Amino acid sequence: MADATLVSSPRRTQEWVINLIIKLSGYSSILFVTLIFIFLMREGLPALRNVPLSSILGERWYPIEGYFSILPLIYGSLVVTVGALLLAIPFGVGTSVFLSEIAPPWMNQIIKPLIEILAGLPSVVLGFLGIQVAAPYLRRLLDLPTGLSAFSGAVLLALIATPTIVSITEDALNTVPSGYRQAALALGATRWQVIWGVTVPAARSGILTAVMLGVGRSIGETMAVMMVTGNAPVLPSGWDFLFTPVRTMTATIASEMGEVANGSTHYQVLFFIGIVLFVISLVVNIVASSVSLRGRTRAERVLS
Amino acid sequence: MDKIVIENFSIRYSDGVESLRNISLSIPANAVTVLFGPAGGGKSTLLRAINRLNDLADVKETSGRILFNGQNILDPKVDVVELRRKIGMVFSRPVVLPMSIYQNVSYPLELMGEKRKSRLDEAVEKALKRAVLWDEVYDRLHDPATAISGGQQQRLCLARVFALEPEVIMLDEPTSALDPVSTARIEGLMHEIKEEFTIVWVPHNVQQAARMADYAAFFLQGELIEYAEGKKLFVNPKDQRTSDYVTGRFG
Repeated sequence: MADATLVSSPRRTQEWVINLIIKLSGYSSILFVTLIFIFLMREGLPALRNVPLSSILGERWYPIEGYFSILPLIYGSLVVTVGALLLAIPFGVGTSVFLSEIAPPWMNQIIKPLIEILAGLPSVVLGFLGIQVAAPYLRRLLDLPTGLSAFSGAVLLALIATPTIVSITEDALNTVPSGYRQAALALGATRWQVIWGVTVPAARSGILTAVMLGVGRSIGETMAVMMVTGNAPVLPSGWDFLFTPVRTMTATIASEMGEVANGSTHYQVLFFIGIVLFVISLVVNIVASSVSLRGRTRAERVLS
Repeated sequence: MDKIVIENFSIRYSDGVESLRNISLSIPANAVTVLFGPAGGGKSTLLRAINRLNDLADVKETSGRILFNGQNILDPKVDVVELRRKIGMVFSRPVVLPMSIYQNVSYPLELMGEKRKSRLDEAVEKALKRAVLWDEVYDRLHDPATAISGGQQQRLCLARVFALEPEVIMLDEPTSALDPVSTARIEGLMHEIKEEFTIVWVPHNVQQAARMADYAAFFLQGELIEYAEGKKLFVNPKDQRTSDYVTGRFG
């Protein structure tokens, strides 16, 4: 039976088992996301039936008296996130340009681990700093009734989002072929002209991905913003909107979830907020990956 | 007339790789000077010293002088940007910048502060014609430069250098990534324009060195072994090592 060796062997079985395990772990992510989605929908969608749309899109979030407007919460998340990005993008991109284009290697070796530490800091710890240092300082500086405001939240979130933006932007800048820099320099460009006119545009898609992930990071952050934004779910009334207390969607869920009765309207609305968050981060992720995919096809064209 | 005069020039990198020892060489204007020899001989290093691109590398020490129009360009006070505008360079792999064909050529002019559209249009057309690329790309100037073929890209790099109207054009193995037809094009092109420029060419093989050289310098392991008129050096080399390399006994 010379053919027997060709049919099956223990090694083949082993191979098959390993294959199966790897496949299952791959597919499990699909399963989990689907299950989470179904769960969110089941718990949250009834809110739309039990609460009139006029209340959901009203002006007040005051669940005890039946006001369930999510607009102040969406506004809170939005103003804090946008504020954070306005601070984090220039700061983050600037830092990465410095690291990849200007800083000498020994300085890189000091700064990069520090940024990684910043990325690894629990946001609660940053929240402490926000409450004890940033907020009182801001209050004294601008003579506000309280320093716990959208602005404090934005500053803190910027600190949280920056490491993400820095590490991904720096990767993108490092993959720009050094030939581009040399060619531009050889044509009489100054270092700044090379960075601004060649390197950064060439890394554009990577930088956009970094920014999108920064958005995801800040919109999902809960603890730090809960500690420093003052937690007042109100729509702004004037131009001082940056310096008044707000409350984000995540902070609302985190602080109220423990107190609601299971299955109550309030409970359903909190889950509905979860759905809104889910959709927002889904959109952010889709935009980010489509941007980076476009970058990849462009790179393939360069190489071909 | 000698455009570039190199006097007792030595350079050493921190990691000890590819250095030059005590090079003295005069590069005449309006001719093609070929620097050739086996890899690691220091030819590219010399080119990069002449336009100060070596400033970026981890250079441990340099000594000697490199005179360009009589001025020592190794002097720290030299305006490097201005120097690089006068000494254009083409690299071995065509490096088109990630912009349109038009922008690739107008970019060096825009760096100099030229903003007038009419001037830029004019200069781009002139440079592309000069690089014999105009007829192939005039109807798609605003396409990405990466969309054209490798040979066209390398001529685009040449056009970019022409746009600066430099005095010296240095080419570091410009045809090593190209097919024979594109190679012949670029060789022919440089042959035609050499009367107007000073051309320093590092060829990627001995045959090309022999074809192109008005003057030829043979580099071996960081030393200049022999420097003479092309005809003399390839037909009747004085040094045994040059002779061995030219006849293909090593390398």
